[in-house]
Amino acid sequence: MPEPPLLSVRALTRSFYGVRALAGADFDVASGTITALIGPNGAGKTTAFQCLSGVVPPEGGRVLFAGRDITSWPPERISRAGLVRTFQIARGIPRLSVLENLLLYAKAQPGETMWSALIGGCRATARRARDRALAIARRLDLIGVANQPAGALSGGQKKLLEIGRALMAEPKLVLLDEPIAGVNPTLAERIAAHLESLRAEGITFLVIEHHMDIIARLCDPVIVMAEGRTLRTGSFSEIAADEAVQLAYLGMPA
Amino acid sequence: MLDYLASLAVFAGIYALLGLGLNLVWGLGGMVNLGLAGFFAIGAYASALSALHLHFPLVAASFFAMLLAAAAGALLAVVTARLKGDYLAIVTLGFAEVIQLIAGNEIWLTNGTDGLSAIPAPGRGTLSPLAFDLSSAGIVWLVLAAIAAAFGRLSAAPYGRVLRAIREDEMVARIAGKNVLSFKIGAFSASAAVMGLAGSLYAAYDGYVAPDSFDVLVTLLVVLALTAGGVGRMQGALVGAVLVVVLTEGTRFFGGLLPGLSALQVASLRQGVIGLFLLLLLRVKPDGLLPERIRVHPLDDEGETTR
Ligand SMILES: Nc1ncnc2c1ncn2[C@@H]1O[C@H](COP(=O)(O)OP(=O)(O)OP(=O)(O)O)[C@@H](O)[C@H]1O
Ligand SMILES: [Mg+2]
Repeated sequence: MPEPPLLSVRALTRSFYGVRALAGADFDVASGTITALIGPNGAGKTTAFQCLSGVVPPEGGRVLFAGRDITSWPPERISRAGLVRTFQIARGIPRLSVLENLLLYAKAQPGETMWSALIGGCRATARRARDRALAIARRLDLIGVANQPAGALSGGQKKLLEIGRALMAEPKLVLLDEPIAGVNPTLAERIAAHLESLRAEGITFLVIEHHMDIIARLCDPVIVMAEGRTLRTGSFSEIAADEAVQLAYLGMPA
Repeated sequence: MLDYLASLAVFAGIYALLGLGLNLVWGLGGMVNLGLAGFFAIGAYASALSALHLHFPLVAASFFAMLLAAAAGALLAVVTARLKGDYLAIVTLGFAEVIQLIAGNEIWLTNGTDGLSAIPAPGRGTLSPLAFDLSSAGIVWLVLAAIAAAFGRLSAAPYGRVLRAIREDEMVARIAGKNVLSFKIGAFSASAAVMGLAGSLYAAYDGYVAPDSFDVLVTLLVVLALTAGGVGRMQGALVGAVLVVVLTEGTRFFGGLLPGLSALQVASLRQGVIGLFLLLLLRVKPDGLLPERIRVHPLDDEGETTR
C-alpha cells in the first residue's frame, strides 16, 4: 500500500483583482522527493507557495500536510509544523548578521520570551542552536560572511541564506522558489548538490525552477502548471515529450 | 548650583527612561509609538492619585503606575496591530492627545487643569531641599540603571533578535515561526510600563502634575533624544536623553549672554539653537552618536578571527 503523500493540494483557487492566479491547482508531493513545480511565467507557481505557506489565504481548496488540514493556518503555525518556504526575491533581515538570520529560524529558542531573556535561559539549548547555525553556514559556504549583515551579501549568497534559514527550522518539507535563478553555473551546481545531500538526509523539497537541465537531473517527479491549473505530472522525460506542455511553454507545438 | 545640577540629573534620568521605553518599541520593534506622553501621563497620575488617596509609598505607587501603563500599552498594541509607519504614528499620537484631554476634563479624578499638588515623596519635608534633590537623583538613576540593564539584556537576547526581524520584515519573522502579534503586545506593554514608571518618578519628584506637562513636546524631545543618541542601541537612548536635557537647560543661560533681547526672543532662539545642533549632529552622524551594531558571534573551532 502506497504511503500517503506528505503534501496534498486540492482544487486551490485564488484571484487578484479579477486575475485567476490559481484556478483549481491539484498536486501531491511524496515524502523523500525533490519535486519540481514548473510552468511559464505567471502560471501561478509563486501564488501556490503563498497559499501553502499561509502568507496569502486561498479562496478555495484544501491543503493537507503530514496528515493535517493546514488550509487556514497562519504562517507561523505552518512553519512550526515543518513546512517552510523561501522567497523568490531573497528576503533576509538586512541589518541582522547572516548567523543571526539563521538563528532567527531556530525552533524553541530560549531567550525568546521576555522573561527568559531577562533571567538568562538555558545555555545548552542556545549553544545547540548556535552550533546548528554554524554548521549550516559552513555547509552553505556562508561561514566567511557569517558576521556580515545579510543586506551586504551578494545575490548568490542571499540565495544560499534563503535555503539556510529554511534548514534552520528543522523542516520536513521545504518550498524553494527559484533557488538558482540569477546564480552562476558553478554555484547552481553546488546548490543542486546541497539539495541532493539534504534529500538523502530526509528533507523533502518542492522546487520552482526555470533551469531545465538542473530540473532534469535533480527532480522527480515534475509538476507542470499553466494558467493556475496543474497541467501534467510525471518524470522529466515524460513531461518534456508532452505536447500540451510544449504548447503551454511555447504557445505552439515544438 | 548643586541642587540645580541634581534636578538636572533627575530630569535627564526621567528622559532617559522615556528614551529606553521608546527604544524598545520603536528602535528594536520598528513600531512608531508616539503615544509616549500618554503613557507618561498615565503613570504620573496613577502614582499621584494612589499616593494622595490610598497613601501608597513610592514603590507601590510606581508598580501601580507601571501596571496601568502596561495595560494601556497592551490595549493600544492590539488596536493598532495592523498599522505601520505613519498610520501607527498618527493613531498613537492621537492616543496621547486623548489621555491629555481626559486629564484636563475629568475633574473629579484629576482636578482638571489645576492639576494635583502636594504629592508625597520619600524625603520631601523631612530632608533639606538640596538633600531631597540629591536623593531623588540617586533614586532615579538607580531605577534607570536597573531598567537599562534589563533592556540591554532584552536587546542582546534572542528576544531582541526577533524584535529586529519584526522591524525589518514582519512576514519573514512569521515564516520563522514567531508569533508577531504577541511580540508586539509584549514590547508595547513593556515600553509603556517603563514610560509609566518615568511618570511616577516625575510626579513624586515634582510634587505636582497637570495636563500641560504631558503635551506633544515631551514626545518630540524624546524622539529627538533617541534619534541623536542612536536608534536601536540602549546606550544611545541614555546618551541622547542626557544630551537633549543638557541642551535644553544649557541654552537657558543665553539670555544673560545676549542683553537687549526679550524673554520671548531668547526662548525662540534657544529652540533654534537646539534644532540647529541636532541637525548638524545628524549630518555628521546620520545614525546618531552610538549607532546600532551588528552582533558579532565567535566562530569557534574554525579559528576564524572576528571583527
Ligand atoms: N499580490 C498580487 N497582486 C496582484 N496580482 C498578483 C499577485 N500575486 C500574483 N499575482 C498575479 O497572479 C499571476 C500568477 O503569478 P505568480 O507570481 O504566481 O506566477 P509565477 O508562476 O510564480 O511566475 P514566475 O515564473 O514569473 O515567477 C500573475 O498574473 C500575477 O500578476
Ligand atoms: Mg514566481
